[in-house]
Amino acid sequence: MATFTLPANSRIGKGKTFKAPPGARRIKEFRVYRWDPDDGQTPHIDTYEIDLDTCGPMVLDALIKIKNETDSTLTFRRSCREGICGSCAMNIDGTNTLACLKPIEEVKDAVAINPLPHMPVVKDLVPDLTQPYAQLRAIEPWLKSDTPPPPDAERRQSREERAALDGLWECILCFCCSTACPSYWWNGDRYLGPAVLLAAYRWIADSRDESTGERLDALEDPFKLYRCHTIMNCTETCPKGLNPAKAIAEIKKKLVERQV
Amino acid sequence: MAGKDSDQVRTMRSPLGRVRGLGAARSGVAHWWAQRLTALALVPLSLWFIGSIIALAGADQAAAAHWAGHTVNAVLLLCLVLATFYHMQLGLQVVIEDYIHTEPSRLAALLATKSVVMLLALAALISVLRLAL
Repeated sequence: MATFTLPANSRIGKGKTFKAPPGARRIKEFRVYRWDPDDGQTPHIDTYEIDLDTCGPMVLDALIKIKNETDSTLTFRRSCREGICGSCAMNIDGTNTLACLKPIEEVKDAVAINPLPHMPVVKDLVPDLTQPYAQLRAIEPWLKSDTPPPPDAERRQSREERAALDGLWECILCFCCSTACPSYWWNGDRYLGPAVLLAAYRWIADSRDESTGERLDALEDPFKLYRCHTIMNCTETCPKGLNPAKAIAEIKKKLVERQV
Repeated sequence: MAGKDSDQVRTMRSPLGRVRGLGAARSGVAHWWAQRLTALALVPLSLWFIGSIIALAGADQAAAAHWAGHTVNAVLLLCLVLATFYHMQLGLQVVIEDYIHTEPSRLAALLATKSVVMLLALAALISVLRLAL
């Protein structure tokens, strides 16, 4: 039933250390999780010393510098480098966040960098997000309406109706929140997780959508929705400052509302 | 896909098919709502009970039995017992569903806790009724 030791493949060993070039003055250590599916070895932590005088301000700048100048085998996802694409989500200094939005200065000692917790690792800092993507697809995150839109015009909303979507539409699907949630760790195969539930509520809250009842039907489940115990790690960790815990609470309120 | 060792693949079902699974159970609201309502009810009931016990401190068995046998006290005690054990069962169910993932043991644990909680609740209810009737 319960296992109290990690399987051999998950035990993390000590890796190599890459020293800073001679003459470097402001040296910062980056301890990065490394695992290669092809070399037959267990995961290990490599240490890279970076001269901050020749490096950009964000953790992603340091990772790109390492890849460019020190160790081209280091693997991570990145694209926009300004907090819009959600690619560089990883665990930095014990907290899930976007490497591109995390200033190196905010980390006091060595910068520990790990992949998003509790996801299968593809390589190094790249997690396999197949499951949360499928869960997002399952809640059908698009407008569902039987009424056709007015000819040559958009579907209209009042200012208040549009404002109800603020704090929901901004989610970039980096999955920092879902992978920070203990309930998602323990029951991620059935629990949808905060990111997907926030996306579900984004459509429940949309005045133009006509499938609110069916959306609530699809969520009314002890595992899909009610695994949320308001732990709030999701809200705490969201790099975009959103509040998935509140969105989940709103779904629960709507489910009660249609009964009483 | 890289990183998916062949020994990790236990099913060839699509990710969407796996995630949709058996669909939504269409239940859970009643459980969640009852947990909140019993918690709310337990605030005044527990305060009343603790206050009463403090007031009874030092009294003998006969005085305590007389107190519990009074109709108003007995009704409140029955409410306290029902709310406490119902709330306890709802909470234990959540813990078991969170942490026990293998199917036969989950069902066994759920049935066992429900049975034990029901027996304890019945014992407490009958005790109060015996004093009151």
